[in-house]
Amino acid sequence: MSDINLVEAPAGVEGSGFFATSLEKVIGMARANSLWPLPFATSCCGIEFMATMGSHYDFSRFGSERPSFSPRQADLLMVMGTIAKKMAPVLKQVYIQMAEPRWVIAVGACASSGGIFDTYSVLQGIDEIIPVDVYVPGCPPRPEAIINGFNKIQDLVRSESLRRRDSEEYTALLAKYGIQ
Amino acid sequence: MGKIANQEITDKLSAKFGDQISAISEPYGLLTFETSVTVISDVLTFLKTDDQLKFNYLTDITAVHYPEKNEALGVIYHLHSLTNNVRVRIKVFITTANPNIPTATTLWEGANWMERETFDFFGINFTGHPNLVRILNVDDMTVFPMRREYQLEDPNRIDKKDYFFGR
Repeated sequence: MSDINLVEAPAGVEGSGFFATSLEKVIGMARANSLWPLPFATSCCGIEFMATMGSHYDFSRFGSERPSFSPRQADLLMVMGTIAKKMAPVLKQVYIQMAEPRWVIAVGACASSGGIFDTYSVLQGIDEIIPVDVYVPGCPPRPEAIINGFNKIQDLVRSESLRRRDSEEYTALLAKYGIQ
Repeated sequence: MGKIANQEITDKLSAKFGDQISAISEPYGLLTFETSVTVISDVLTFLKTDDQLKFNYLTDITAVHYPEKNEALGVIYHLHSLTNNVRVRIKVFITTANPNIPTATTLWEGANWMERETFDFFGINFTGHPNLVRILNVDDMTVFPMRREYQLEDPNRIDKKDYFFGR
């Protein structure tokens, strides 16, 4: 049995019987350690993700105990594999159905740039249709790489301002993709 | 070997259609011939309904594009006689200016999707087809991607641009 690790409390003022910190940090900490991912797996990167979810790599130790197969309850969209142009509207619909705050990780060469499929029928990276937070390189990436990408997302979530999703920049970013 | 010799099939076809059957060959033993767009429906009907030949199974319809030729588009039919265990390949060449050919859906229901696919990739217009729309590619695609004049690569690809490699 290994020792149980607890998440360290954010920086704050501590005294007898009280602890004060900013709400933003507490919420960021809570969100980062309970991200519910929606696996959107279309090919071999999805197989690597299955290994990542399995007992050996144990994806759930980062708080992702429950992969959410409903976009309504998911925080993180994990796009793993080749996205054909016919699949693009489906992926965009899934992204739109997710509630804010939402993050996106593009796992593998195909989701990031089209990969080896430089052809008329394949989307050349999902950032053509939805905004992406973290890209994981590899063809396919090893589970360690996927976990590293997930940790980068956790860093983003932990440090994100509570007002970011209401900012003009964020609205402009979504408007660039034609999303309200 | 099939129960009917290739020679027997070509004899029957030549007796019925004469000059309209041309360029007969047997690469790897598969009887192959060309015919014209005017008689292709009759040839297919004859092959399917003839009491002896019984080419009752349509294996495939596809196309090829030879841009250097005058009749640049070739529509290829593969037929299979299940009772005689023999196959034929039929080629019909048409021009890109007038890519029309009568549909085979009147003979085989299975021709429906094959012709839609051939239309999708080569722009062959199968006249009389009940629903000739794209089947595999996105609906708003404006090109026929398997024709040689269209590039195969996606123009939106940026990570292969020369300036990334100092060229």
